[in-house]
Amino acid sequence: MSSGPGSEPPAVPNAVNDWYELFSRGSRDWLRHSEKIREAVREHLPQIVAGSDIINDGARTVRVPVRMLEHYRFRLRSDSEPQGVGQGTAKPGDLLGPANTGNKPGGKGAGGTERGGPELLLEFKIDDIIDWMWEELRLPNLQPRVGQSEESEWKREGWDKRGARSRLDRRRSLKESVKRRGLKSSAPTFIDEDLRFRQLARRRQPALRAAVCFLLDVSASMTEGDRQLAKTFFFWVAAGLRRQYRSLDIVFVAHTTEAWEFSEADFFKVAGSGGTVASAGLSKVREIVSARFDPGTCNVYLFYASDGDNAVDDREHARTELEGIAKLARYAGYVEISSGLRSSQSETSRLFDAVGATGLSSGRCSIRDANDVATAVRHFFTIEAQAAAAGAAPEAPP
Amino acid sequence: MKPDWRSHLPRLEDLAREHGLIWSPVIFEAVPDSFMTEIAVYGLPVRMPHWSFGARYIYQLLQRHMGYSRLFEVVFPGNPGRAYLASSNGLADNILVAAHVLGHADFSKNNLLFQRSQEQGSEHIIEHAASHARQIERDIESYGFNAVEKVLDAALSLEQYIDLDCGLRRERYPEYLPAPAPAPDDAFRSRFASLDADEQAIPSARKLRAPLPPHPEKDLLWFIATYAPEMESWERDIFLAVRAESFYFYPVYATQTMNEGWASYWHARLLREADFIAQDTYLDAIKCHSDVVRPIAAEEQIALAVNPYHLGFTLWEEIIKEGGIDAARQVMREDDDFSFLRNHLTRKMATDMGLFRYQKQSNGPVKVLAEDIDELRETLLHEKYNFGAPRVSVVEIRSNGTLVLEHNSEIDKRGLDTDGARKVLEYVIHVWRRPVLLRTVDAASKPVEISMDPAAAH
Repeated sequence: MSSGPGSEPPAVPNAVNDWYELFSRGSRDWLRHSEKIREAVREHLPQIVAGSDIINDGARTVRVPVRMLEHYRFRLRSDSEPQGVGQGTAKPGDLLGPANTGNKPGGKGAGGTERGGPELLLEFKIDDIIDWMWEELRLPNLQPRVGQSEESEWKREGWDKRGARSRLDRRRSLKESVKRRGLKSSAPTFIDEDLRFRQLARRRQPALRAAVCFLLDVSASMTEGDRQLAKTFFFWVAAGLRRQYRSLDIVFVAHTTEAWEFSEADFFKVAGSGGTVASAGLSKVREIVSARFDPGTCNVYLFYASDGDNAVDDREHARTELEGIAKLARYAGYVEISSGLRSSQSETSRLFDAVGATGLSSGRCSIRDANDVATAVRHFFTIEAQAAAAGAAPEAPP
Repeated sequence: MKPDWRSHLPRLEDLAREHGLIWSPVIFEAVPDSFMTEIAVYGLPVRMPHWSFGARYIYQLLQRHMGYSRLFEVVFPGNPGRAYLASSNGLADNILVAAHVLGHADFSKNNLLFQRSQEQGSEHIIEHAASHARQIERDIESYGFNAVEKVLDAALSLEQYIDLDCGLRRERYPEYLPAPAPAPDDAFRSRFASLDADEQAIPSARKLRAPLPPHPEKDLLWFIATYAPEMESWERDIFLAVRAESFYFYPVYATQTMNEGWASYWHARLLREADFIAQDTYLDAIKCHSDVVRPIAAEEQIALAVNPYHLGFTLWEEIIKEGGIDAARQVMREDDDFSFLRNHLTRKMATDMGLFRYQKQSNGPVKVLAEDIDELRETLLHEKYNFGAPRVSVVEIRSNGTLVLEHNSEIDKRGLDTDGARKVLEYVIHVWRRPVLLRTVDAASKPVEISMDPAAAH
């Protein structure tokens, strides 16, 4: 028996079996449902990321609206004009506005057949998403190149009889006290001689700093969708590098026939007009890199996103610039955004191939839609990890 | 201290017996509201775990917190039957509920649909469901959570597909066609045979394989559990467990209006005649009664749904007024909701109750349709056939093991929702382990086929 709203509050409690309160099957199955939702969201990571402005450390969480999961059954195609039976003061031909449709689900069983249901807003930590992504893509963790660049840092090392109170090592001090009292039976428990303090020393560390330049072609041929794809790709690259390096500087450069540096917020809104001259962007990047970052202490990366239509007469100039960057940088990658169909090899990809052939570390990949982003990210990081492993192997730290 | 409602129970039972109610003993138990919600969601006090119940549970919990609905009791037929009462019920609520439960117990003991289901094992459905749940917990330990969940995904998505006419316990179909009956040895045949002795047909010794299934098979759960080429035995057991529970649910589902109406009639009548109940308690109980059987929420004028308590209660009052208790008991024994509404919901009653048929227009207000009692009854009932599920049956197993399912669109005049159907097939190929093909029609009534191949899916 059940009733609608407005029932009386409880009056006399009856003797209740307490054990029912101990275990809720409903909650258990609800937890499983939430777990499944998280799994489902995991499968759509690139789409989630494509939607939000999260490249630099702004928000550390993303909110994703999700439907309750549906357990599917055979069901008829939905009827655009379903019939039903109602009750009340209505005459044939009456039109009932949506205002007085008493659309409340009754007691048991209601709601099961309805589609949709309440929507949940799940919050995900970006770090979690990135961890999932790394698991999903089975990406190797990068090894920092040791020996190439260094910085110094305070490390805990050794003990002394004098020091700051906060660095008192109690266990060590007690040991000293025990040793001393072992020699003489009637001795005070602690004397100043027993105290031991931890010491710090400055030690040189392999550099864990990196800078990444995102160069985006915003010429007329790059559509809004193309820029969105580039953004998604750049996000994952930044996320991947941030996993590895303690500090990561990100430089945003956009170019058409000229090049400008932008803030992140503006970077993806830029829409230029006119043609593409890759050398303009590349020389801007080279300028910035040589002015701000010392290749000795900083791992520099360049990622260039374009649709590949570079002016033919720019070929030589662009090549010189790219080689200049590739010598400074640890890696130069090119990602071709080709939402349209293209059969022949593009001008820009030929450029990167040529530079790669000279032995400098560079590579390229192409992206057609959001699903390719993950593949492209994986491609670059796999190459990078192999290079790092090869470089790091001879002088691996103990 | 107020008197306990249980002290009224023996006298209520005496009163019920005087009116000719016959029931198996019922065990009453007060349980917390959260447990009531679980019973309503799972359909049984202990049932197998599945995430879809979790989603429905939260939905119900939200409804309850928003004050949309309140459950007073849930009763499980059986011998003994079990009634769970919400611990938040007041004294008056509980007296009313106790009388209501007697009505249900009488109904489930005497209604033929219930009787048959009880004989097939539903009498101990609570124990059976608990043992299914326990077995599934053991399966989870042995085969892992994900493996069991995948089987449950498939089994529960087909839970409406059983065949009541064939019963719970079924034999496999005969593998071979029966040998043709020998022709009668009459004068004509012997004269015909004597025409040419050599040409006499020699009955072939080879038996013919029977087609499988011999006719479209409605019981998908049984068919898959029985004929799936590579199903593990624990997986078959899960299918059969879900199926046994569906057999229990069917009479509950197919007599809801009658059953709730019958119980409401008896709680009202027993309370009216129970002179041993204090006046104020009686008033509280009657107020609760009118909440339960009211057609439309108090603040509204029109509802786009019919309260089954109200509909059933009104029909039974009319039937008993017209023909007396004995005639009503006969109807109670023999009908289900289909025959009940078709035989007893007259045009006059529908008008008196203010029932009307409406159509939701795709972009605009809801339109009230012309009076037509036959159409109205069918509209009330059309959601009830086959648990409200579209009719899908097995028509063939192909030589490569493909399971061919066919949706009968003749009756509902509409095709299946193909996206949803595809997902169901995804569940099914996991246990069938061979391709599965579904025939239905598209929006333009053209035949379409959806197929799913486990080799391609991985």
